[in-house]
Amino acid sequence: MSRVLLIEDDRAVRTGLELALTRQGHAVDAAGTGERGLELLRATRPDVVVLDLMLPGMDGFEICRRIRAGGDLPIIMLTARNDDMDVVAGLEAGADDYVVKPVQPRVLEARIRAVLRRSGGGTANAGPPPVERHGDLTIDRAALVVRRQGEPVGLAPTELRLLLELSATPGRVLSRRQLLELVWEHDYLGDSRLVDACVQRLRAKLEHDSAAPVYIQTVRGFGYRFGPL
Amino acid sequence: MSTANPVNAAARLLGGARSLRTRLLVAFALVGVSTAVLVAGVGYVQARNVILQKTQDTAVLTMTGRIETLFPLDGMPPSQAQLDRIAGRLSDRDNTAVAVYRDRHSRGGPDPDMLPPELRHAVRGGRVVWQRVSMGGNPVLVIGTQVRLVRYGGAPFPSELEIYSVRGLRPEQQSIGLLATRAWLTGAVALVFAVLLALLAGRGVLGPVRELRRATDRLGEGDLTARARVRGTDELADVARAFNNTAEALERHVGELRRMESEARRFVADVSHELRTPLAAMTAVTDVLDEEAQRLPGDAGRAARLVGEETHKLTRLVNDLIEISRFDAGTATLALDDIDVAEAIRATLRARGWSDRVRTDLPVGVVVRLDPRRLDVIVANLVSNALRHGAPPVTVRAHAGPDQVGIEVGDSGPGLAPDVLPHVFDRFYKADTARARSEGSGLGLAIARENARLHGGGLTAAGGPAAGAVFTVHLPRPGGEAGATR
Repeated sequence: MSRVLLIEDDRAVRTGLELALTRQGHAVDAAGTGERGLELLRATRPDVVVLDLMLPGMDGFEICRRIRAGGDLPIIMLTARNDDMDVVAGLEAGADDYVVKPVQPRVLEARIRAVLRRSGGGTANAGPPPVERHGDLTIDRAALVVRRQGEPVGLAPTELRLLLELSATPGRVLSRRQLLELVWEHDYLGDSRLVDACVQRLRAKLEHDSAAPVYIQTVRGFGYRFGPL
Repeated sequence: MSTANPVNAAARLLGGARSLRTRLLVAFALVGVSTAVLVAGVGYVQARNVILQKTQDTAVLTMTGRIETLFPLDGMPPSQAQLDRIAGRLSDRDNTAVAVYRDRHSRGGPDPDMLPPELRHAVRGGRVVWQRVSMGGNPVLVIGTQVRLVRYGGAPFPSELEIYSVRGLRPEQQSIGLLATRAWLTGAVALVFAVLLALLAGRGVLGPVRELRRATDRLGEGDLTARARVRGTDELADVARAFNNTAEALERHVGELRRMESEARRFVADVSHELRTPLAAMTAVTDVLDEEAQRLPGDAGRAARLVGEETHKLTRLVNDLIEISRFDAGTATLALDDIDVAEAIRATLRARGWSDRVRTDLPVGVVVRLDPRRLDVIVANLVSNALRHGAPPVTVRAHAGPDQVGIEVGDSGPGLAPDVLPHVFDRFYKADTARARSEGSGLGLAIARENARLHGGGLTAAGGPAAGAVFTVHLPRPGGEAGATR
């Protein structure tokens, strides 16, 4: 069972989603405004936040940024259908995934579970040693800690999982589709902008110069790869 | 035979008999030249006559005056020396004279046998005769007379002494030639002048005409702000003004229509967006309703199931309306990625549980840069349409060209009737009016086509009643084969 914080201003949608998520076995705390949502966040320590972007007062983007600044809590955005600007802005603000309203509870449930798996245990780590060094980076796969020049880097669960997947096979190119399935557990039709936005955030945290990335390199027409350094 | 008409021929030479400029030019040139030729020609002829007449008169007077100074003659019949002397006295710089007495004549002058016989005949008859003739290629004036003797107190009688004076007309010829040259020159100047005038007049008329034509062309191409410049107050200015008024009215009406249409579309978009929030709430609880419906008794259970089903349909309709509103508003954008076409189509079929019902013929390893979600929408809508309205087997074929990819969805049903074909992409179009609301939103094909167009491609429908319906999507393939396989 996980604790879900739902921030949604429309009473009917909030009630409906609360009902559906509760039936699926989550403990749901619901808030009608962003301010109330941040209060509940501190009070209830949820495992995941489901956040409507369009809120009166403090909007979803601002809340997203504040949650990201405070830690690595997974965030799933609720967005109007295909409002591309919202999606991109939300991903830039640090959201891990998004769903489009009206959303089927099954879909939301699947996304919540996927994002929660990301914040939990490591990958199948039978082969490689738990601590790897890649240039200035050290990746501890067992403790799920990444250090840059010895300093721990605060990574959101999706960012960490993406880095782990890429660095597991340095030099091998993974397509956006593959990454969507590996990291986000989306089916084939997932939105590749999730990958791009997450890569941008990772580069901002890891790279010396995110315009000339060393660790996470773009291979035009194919996807991304880790290194070679 | 239009070539017989010099105006037409000239006009064709100048680039089309229909051109107003050419016609003006030719008309002006003709008027100018004919006037000049007439004036110069008449002047030339008159001047020539006057010159010749005067020369003639002077020559005749001079000669008769000189003949009088010969008297008294030394004696008749004159001796050879006398004839020579007479001829000598009558000759000067311009004239050479010959004195003829019967079959003798003075020496050194012109040969009397070369003179025109009728002239000599007339002179023998006692008249003073002059004639312009050509001698050895030179124009000359020949004056002939017979010296008449008068006895004291008696009537004059012919002396048989004939005198012919030949005067060269070269100076006069030169004057006349000069006149002719000047006449030609005047004609040429008149022609140039007429052409210049024609060009000037042409500019005055053709400028506004060309301007009007440019404006009309622009209007025809859809630029409703096209206006002609109004210059002056003549008839052409009236035409330009009338054109501008028409264009203004057209622009106003079209603007009004566009405004109404965009308002209608915005209304649909707004309504769809407004519907989404209550639908989001309903969708959230349909699963609850579906689960509970099985346990609810009788009518309550059926009612709950119905609400659940219809909520899904309504959601699909609203989503489609929102999607098409975004195309109408021009806010639809592409999220491009490099996609294996075969893999993407198979994923679409798999996701909807159609893999077993649809045959596929897909090339291996064709990677194209496109929006995977939109490709999914296209394929899903076409296959869904084929499954609902066509008959099995439904096939999906893809083929890759160097610069585009074609995806063909065909069924084995009754095909599309010719009267249906032009409307298959219309929104909410139903080929069978008797059929009630179907599974689809009625927007599927329209959305599929918009999605294909957003990629810069297209979607076409074909297939007569015999063959089954075939929908073909064309998507451009920027960059071609480069990096197509992996």
